[in-house]
Amino acid sequence: MRNPQLDADGQLVHLLTLEGLPAEVIVRILDAAVPFASISERDVKKVPLLRGRSVFNLFFENSTRTRTTFEIAAKRLSADVINLNIGASSTSKGETLLDTVDNLTAMNADMFVVRHAESGAPHLIAAHLNRTGRSHVHVINAGDGRHAHPTQGLLDLFTIRHYKHDFHGLTVAIVGDVLHSRVARSLIHGLTTLGTPEVRVVGPKTLLPTAVQSLGVQVHHDMRAGISGCDVVVMLRLQNERMTGALLPSAGEYFKHYGLTSEKLSLAKPDAIVMHPGPMNRGVEIDSAVADGARSVILPQVTFGIAVRMAVMSMLAGG
Amino acid sequence: MADVKIEIRNGRIVDPGNGVDRVATLYISAGKVAAVGAAPSGWSATRTIDAKGLVVAPGLVDLAARLREPGFEYKATLESEMKAAVAGGVTRLACPPDTDPPLDEPGLVEMLKHRARSLNLAHVHPVGALTVGLRGTELTEMGELTEAGCIAFSQSEAALTDTQVLLRALQYASTFGYRVWLRPQDSHLGKGGVAHDGEVATRLGLATVPAAAETIALAAIFALVRDTGASVHVCRLSTADGVAMVAAAKKSGLAVTCDVAVHHLHLCDNDIGWFDALCRLVPPLRGTRDRAALRGGLADGTIDAVCSDHAPVDDDAKQVPFAEAEPGATGLELLLPLTLKWAAENKVTLPDALARITTRPAAILGIDAGHLAPGQAADVCIFDPHESWTVAPSALASQGKNTPFLGLELVGRVRFTLVAGQVVHES
Amino acid sequence: MTTMPLPDAEAILADLAERMRGAVAFDARFVGIYSGGAWIAQRLAQMIPGEHDLGYIDVSFYRDDFNRTGLKPALKRTEIPFPVDGATIVLVDDVLYTGRSVRAAINELFDYGRPARIELAVLVDRGGRELPVEPTYAGARLAVAEHLSLVLSRADDGTLSFAAESSASGAADA
Repeated sequence: MRNPQLDADGQLVHLLTLEGLPAEVIVRILDAAVPFASISERDVKKVPLLRGRSVFNLFFENSTRTRTTFEIAAKRLSADVINLNIGASSTSKGETLLDTVDNLTAMNADMFVVRHAESGAPHLIAAHLNRTGRSHVHVINAGDGRHAHPTQGLLDLFTIRHYKHDFHGLTVAIVGDVLHSRVARSLIHGLTTLGTPEVRVVGPKTLLPTAVQSLGVQVHHDMRAGISGCDVVVMLRLQNERMTGALLPSAGEYFKHYGLTSEKLSLAKPDAIVMHPGPMNRGVEIDSAVADGARSVILPQVTFGIAVRMAVMSMLAGG
Repeated sequence: MADVKIEIRNGRIVDPGNGVDRVATLYISAGKVAAVGAAPSGWSATRTIDAKGLVVAPGLVDLAARLREPGFEYKATLESEMKAAVAGGVTRLACPPDTDPPLDEPGLVEMLKHRARSLNLAHVHPVGALTVGLRGTELTEMGELTEAGCIAFSQSEAALTDTQVLLRALQYASTFGYRVWLRPQDSHLGKGGVAHDGEVATRLGLATVPAAAETIALAAIFALVRDTGASVHVCRLSTADGVAMVAAAKKSGLAVTCDVAVHHLHLCDNDIGWFDALCRLVPPLRGTRDRAALRGGLADGTIDAVCSDHAPVDDDAKQVPFAEAEPGATGLELLLPLTLKWAAENKVTLPDALARITTRPAAILGIDAGHLAPGQAADVCIFDPHESWTVAPSALASQGKNTPFLGLELVGRVRFTLVAGQVVHES
Repeated sequence: MTTMPLPDAEAILADLAERMRGAVAFDARFVGIYSGGAWIAQRLAQMIPGEHDLGYIDVSFYRDDFNRTGLKPALKRTEIPFPVDGATIVLVDDVLYTGRSVRAAINELFDYGRPARIELAVLVDRGGRELPVEPTYAGARLAVAEHLSLVLSRADDGTLSFAAESSASGAADA
């Protein structure tokens, strides 16, 4: 079936997932983000591209960080931003997800940035808009369940490209709770689409999905072997719930096997970069020396994240 | 009432229960099959149906169709679903106990039977709750429920985690010869899971139900059947490993029967596509290997029968993110064409295919039905095996329009349905 | 105005530089609008005596046709490596047509600061203005058929030349 994020001419109308996006589209977004990065360095950080447009942040799952970066990105494009933390409010009143979307579209929303706890929610919204003749209202997936976080994937790709220039010779390791991670899934799709020859996932069996190799990755349970010789090490956040769900015994034991320390990092290439989608659990998946160290590009990721989101919003809103 | 004499001519009578497959005339009188082939003496028809080019088969017997009464009338009503049944050629159906309240009281069962009888459409055979409230702790009054009309007892999809209770329920049932129908699903493995544990769920980020949830439950069921001698029917097989286990159990002499839902013969987890909630089913659609085993298992007799697992769901309950959607698909009107499709693709003859939706399910229900010997109730399904039609909301009588086959063309259309010699559906 | 088949860019550039010498401020900054304006600004800085810092502007984010045509590919980076506050700036472009690119460039400059004055230098003024914009210095005034675009290109050795291309809308120039 046709990918609901592309229109009949193959143009991006929604950004729902990196899976199935042609490499040219991904590269176009990364290229478009470059000048937006420089705008963030000016005194006047705004451009009038989205002036008069309304961007609604529809967050069914709370996240101040992600919501804030989308808000900043939209405002730097001169858009009007409305934040809706649906959370429990209107769904508890019985209003369905699609009813909420219909009501907001009637208030002339031009763009929805959607975060939801369930995989597939942004797809549902996009399909509904497409089906009801409103595909001019664009949907950006800000994270749905375990499925996808495409803007995070893009900013991770942008960061890797910034420091390493070419994907074709890289070895990238993604370490941690891949099972529950939409960040990991999106990054894996992006890396494989752009031709990264070796993408590794590293973690205990309890935290790796079944048939994960079908995503095009190599599986490692031993972290030292897994990050040895890598150009990029991506550390995923470990959530506390994993200890209560019988997936792991303790944060301490996790750190021992899968935490990134300077000693383990020395097994990667000497110029390897360390990434993390944030927020970090210092001492659980990464120790402070590495997080604050010379190889860490964690803070630049955040800056690039704004430029990438500006690029995505502009591409969707234009023509 | 005047004696209605119906003559159905020129049709290909396919009655697998009696080894009949020829073009002949069927004679119906006083609600029963009077004769096949040659007219009874002194015959004069009050109505003649010309079945040229059509197949005249016993009315279909569906082992699982939810009528949504009592309790879920906003999803569907007895009227609409019984009309859907006969539109699909189904003259006898068993409904699971997962109503609201569940069918654990004789009064509820009597009321349901009474309501169904008064509609004069298909026969309804309620399956009673195995435990009170389906809560899995106390046994129901199986004797009273049987007297009220229950033909078997089950937990439907409700978990029965306490194997001690399961053992006792099987012992009690087997004391009196009651049948127990069980869905093989371990209640802990795959708790919260909504999709098969495979590549598709990995990519889509959906919580999973591993195949082991079915095989572990099957092993438990078989062990307890061996110990108790209970008469057990396994409902809605979904895995290749499960099919293999049933085959081995039957080979070792275990007297179990099993069925598969018709959707699982055709669809697999890939069909979920971009989170299509119409494919949210229980058990979940599994991988291609599983689907192939189910298709083969039904063909070689490992799986005894196929049912619709009819579950009408309102639009609102499907227009939500996949994991939140209510599982189920409408199926009464698709059972015949989808069975014919399976038969055509697996080189199964028409009589063998029809046996799986007539005589075999009737045997599982424990009733003498699903065939057209003289003296039998005249429950007949006359269909056009070549007519193709598009699955659209307007083409379905059921209030449930939730089917993954929406927009697709299927072959096989019911033209007449007769129950007890009365034409209850014609198109 | 005279119509010419293909104007000689180098010759017109020489005329433009001649007009600007002695008229333009000694410390005027030349800000070229990509791509043609950027090349011309570089050449003018060499040809006109004085201290002329160079800057470059990409007007993509300030255009008024974003809704119709979307984000252009191959965006370039605006570089203004001097303070705009109080500066005398000469905006440089290759072809002046509707005036919309110049409007966008002025808006963008004002996001960097408040210049003391802005002048406009163009290689060719082809008329057809849709906004009240006038060049301070123009190399040549030419009439160009509506369906044609005048496109400036630069050879490997730096030589500038014009080509005429059919444009779908006729309004591809500035």
